[in-house]
Amino acid sequence: MKKLWNAYSENKLFQGVFLLIFIAVTSLSLYLAQKSVTAFLLLLSSLLLLYFTKFSNLVKWLIAGVILVVLLPAAAGGGDAFESYMEVATLVGIYISMALGLNIVVGMAGLLDLGFVAFFAVGAYTYGIFATGQASNFMPFGTYPLSGESFWLFIVLGCLAAALFGILLGIPVLRVKGDYLAIVTLGFGEIIRIIFNNLDKPVNITNGAMGIASITPPKIFGIELIYSSQFYYVVLIILVFTIFTVRRFEHSKIGRSWKAVRENEIAAQSMGVPLVRTKLIAFAVGASFSGMMGVIFAGKQTFVDPTSFTLLESITILVMVILGGMGSVPGVILGAAVMTILNLQVLAEMTNWLNELSSSGAITIPDALSPSKMQRLIFGALLIVFALYRPKGLIPAKNPVYKEEELVSSKVLDMKQDQKVQA
Amino acid sequence: MLNDILQSIPQVLIDGLTLGTVYAVIALGYTMVYGILELINFAHGEIFMTGAFIGTAMLIVLTGIGWVSALPAIVMLITVLLLTALLTGLLGMGIERVAYRPLRNAPKLIPLITAIGISFLLQDLVRFIAELKKGNYIVTGPSLFTSQIKINSSAISSVFNDASIKSSFIIVLVSAIIMMVVLDFFVNKTKWGMAMRAVAQDRETASLMSVNVNKVISLTFFIGSALGGATGVLFAVQYGTIDPYIGFILGLKAFTAAVLGGIGNIRGAMLGGLLLGVMEMFASANLTLMTGGVFGAEYKDVFAFAILIIVLIFKPEGLLGKPVAEKV
Repeated sequence: MKKLWNAYSENKLFQGVFLLIFIAVTSLSLYLAQKSVTAFLLLLSSLLLLYFTKFSNLVKWLIAGVILVVLLPAAAGGGDAFESYMEVATLVGIYISMALGLNIVVGMAGLLDLGFVAFFAVGAYTYGIFATGQASNFMPFGTYPLSGESFWLFIVLGCLAAALFGILLGIPVLRVKGDYLAIVTLGFGEIIRIIFNNLDKPVNITNGAMGIASITPPKIFGIELIYSSQFYYVVLIILVFTIFTVRRFEHSKIGRSWKAVRENEIAAQSMGVPLVRTKLIAFAVGASFSGMMGVIFAGKQTFVDPTSFTLLESITILVMVILGGMGSVPGVILGAAVMTILNLQVLAEMTNWLNELSSSGAITIPDALSPSKMQRLIFGALLIVFALYRPKGLIPAKNPVYKEEELVSSKVLDMKQDQKVQA
Repeated sequence: MLNDILQSIPQVLIDGLTLGTVYAVIALGYTMVYGILELINFAHGEIFMTGAFIGTAMLIVLTGIGWVSALPAIVMLITVLLLTALLTGLLGMGIERVAYRPLRNAPKLIPLITAIGISFLLQDLVRFIAELKKGNYIVTGPSLFTSQIKINSSAISSVFNDASIKSSFIIVLVSAIIMMVVLDFFVNKTKWGMAMRAVAQDRETASLMSVNVNKVISLTFFIGSALGGATGVLFAVQYGTIDPYIGFILGLKAFTAAVLGGIGNIRGAMLGGLLLGVMEMFASANLTLMTGGVFGAEYKDVFAFAILIIVLIFKPEGLLGKPVAEKV
C-alpha cells in the first residue's frame, strides 16, 4: 500500500490520470444525478486533489480554470438544482475572498480582528444606499437610484470605502496591543452594526432595522444580472484577482514586514520596519477585499439589513482562517470553502433528513437540536479543537527555509565572483 | 433641559448602581484572571449567563416544591446563590483545565481563540437545554421580591423627582457588596490571597518559593467564576428575563469596566463597574434630551464601547492601575 502511495506521489502521469478520472466521474455523476450534493462536493474537492499534484503552477491554474469556468456550471447545469448549486458556489467565493482579507490582518500581521464583518457591511451599504432611493434623502445632487451599470464603479468605491474605514479603525487601535486589540475591534464591529441599525433618524440613510430592499441589480452590456449563475462569474473574476494580489503581497516587502511585526513588534521596529504604516496597510488591504465582496453581496441579494453583519459572521470568518491555517493562502481557501459548504449544504441537508425521519415517525428529534441551529456549537468546538491540537490549521503556512550551508556557499561564490570582477 | 436632567437623577443613580454592581462583580472575574495570567477570559460573560440559567432553573424547581415555597424567599435565594456559585466555580476551573492550561506557553492569540470557542459552546449548550425543557430559550424566572419602595427624594430638594426601587435592588446591592468585601479581604489578608498576588507578580519566582502555581490559578478561576455565576442569579432575580446571549454583551461591558478601573486591579474593577453602570444609565436616560433627539437610548452600547476605546487610547493603565513598561 505504502509502495503504491509512494509511486503515486512521485509520478506526475499517475496523478494526472487519476485526477482526470476523478473529475470525469464526479462531473458525469453530477450531470446525471442532479440532486446529488455528494457529487457536487466531490467535483469541488477535485480542486484540492489538484493542489496536491506535482504539476507546475501554471498547469494547476489552467486546470482549475477549466473546472471552475466550464465544467462545474456545465455539469450542474442540467436540472432544477442549477441555481442553488451556483448560489452555494458564489457564496463560497465571497467567503473565500473575505477570509483571505482577514488572513492578511490576523494571519500575516498577527492583529486579531473580531469585527471584520463591519467592513463587509460598509461595502454592502455603500452600494445599497446609492442603488436605491435611500441616497436622495441626504445627497443634494444627482438622481437616485443609480443605474445598474454603476455597480462596476461601486466595486472599486466599496473597496476604497472599506479601506478608509480600516484606516479609521486602525488609527486609534495602533496604541493597543494583543488582547486589547481584539476587544476594541469587537467593539468597533458592534458599533458599526448599531449605527447602521439606527441611522434612520434624524436623516434616513440606512433605513434602520428594516434594511434596504430592492437594490438595483447590476447591469453589463444591457444585461441585468439577477441569477446566481451570472454572479458566479463576477465572483470568480474578483476571487482570482484577490488570490493573485494576496500572493503578491505575501512575498513583497510589505508582506515580510507584516510577518516580522507578527513575530515580534519590538524586534521588527528595531530592524527598521515602520510599525504604524505596516499595521495600517494590513488593516486597509484586509478590509478592502471585504468591502469589494460587500458590494457584490448587496448586488446579488438586492437586500441588505443589519442582521447579516453580526458577531457570528465575524467569528465564522475567523474560524475559516484558523481552520485553514493562519497565514497560509491555500489553507484559508480550503477553510473558507469547507466552512461555507458545511454551513449551507451539509447542515441544511442534515436538518432536512432529520425532519423527514421525524415526520415519518422513525425517530423524534426535538426542534431545539436541529443541526442548522447548532452553528455556534460546531464553530465553538472547531475553534477549541483546532487551537489545542492543530494550531497551524489544515494546510500550515510555509515559510521559505534556507539551508545554512547553501547560503554560506553561495555567499562564498558571490564573494569570489566579486573578487574576480575587481581583479 | 438641565432641569429635566436633574429631576431624573435619583432614579438614574439607583438604576445605575444596580447595573453598576452587576458590572463590578463580573469585572472582578476578568481582572483577577488577567492579573494572574495576562489572559482575557472571554468565556467569563458566558459563565455569568450559565449562572443565571442554573439559578433560575433552581428557583423554578424550588418554588414548585410545596414545603420549600413556604420558606422565606431570602433563605431560598441564599441557598440558590451558594449552590450556583459552587457549580459555576467548578465550571470555570474545568474551562481553565481544558482550554487554557495546555496553552499556557502558546502564543497569546491561541488561548483567546479557545476562549471564544468555549463561549460559543456554552451559549449553544445552554440554548438547547433551555429550549428542550421550556420550548423557548428566553426564560422568565419566578418573581420574588417585587414590592416597590418609593424614595421620597423630592423631599430633599424640589429639583428632584421621586424615585422608586424594587426590593430586589437592595438584595443585589447588599450581596454584591458582601462579595466584594469578602474578596478584598481574602486577597489582601489571607495566605491563599498572598499566594495569588505572588503568582500575579512573577509566576516563576512564586513557584520557586513553593507556591503551587497550578493550584493558585485554578483557585483564581474558581473564585472569579463563582462570583460571576452568583451575579448571574442576582441579575436574573433583578431583571426577570434571561436568554443565552445576555452574557456576551454584558461580559464585554464588564470587561470595559475592568479596563476603566485598571485591569489586574481588584478595587479598580469595582470602581470601574460602578462608574460604567451609572454613566450608561445616565446616557440612556438623557442622550435623547442632550442631543435634541439625534441620538436615542439605543446608542447606549455605542457609548460604553466609546468609553472603552477612549480609555485604551489615552490612559491604557486605567484609573487605578499603574503603567507597565514592556521589557525586551
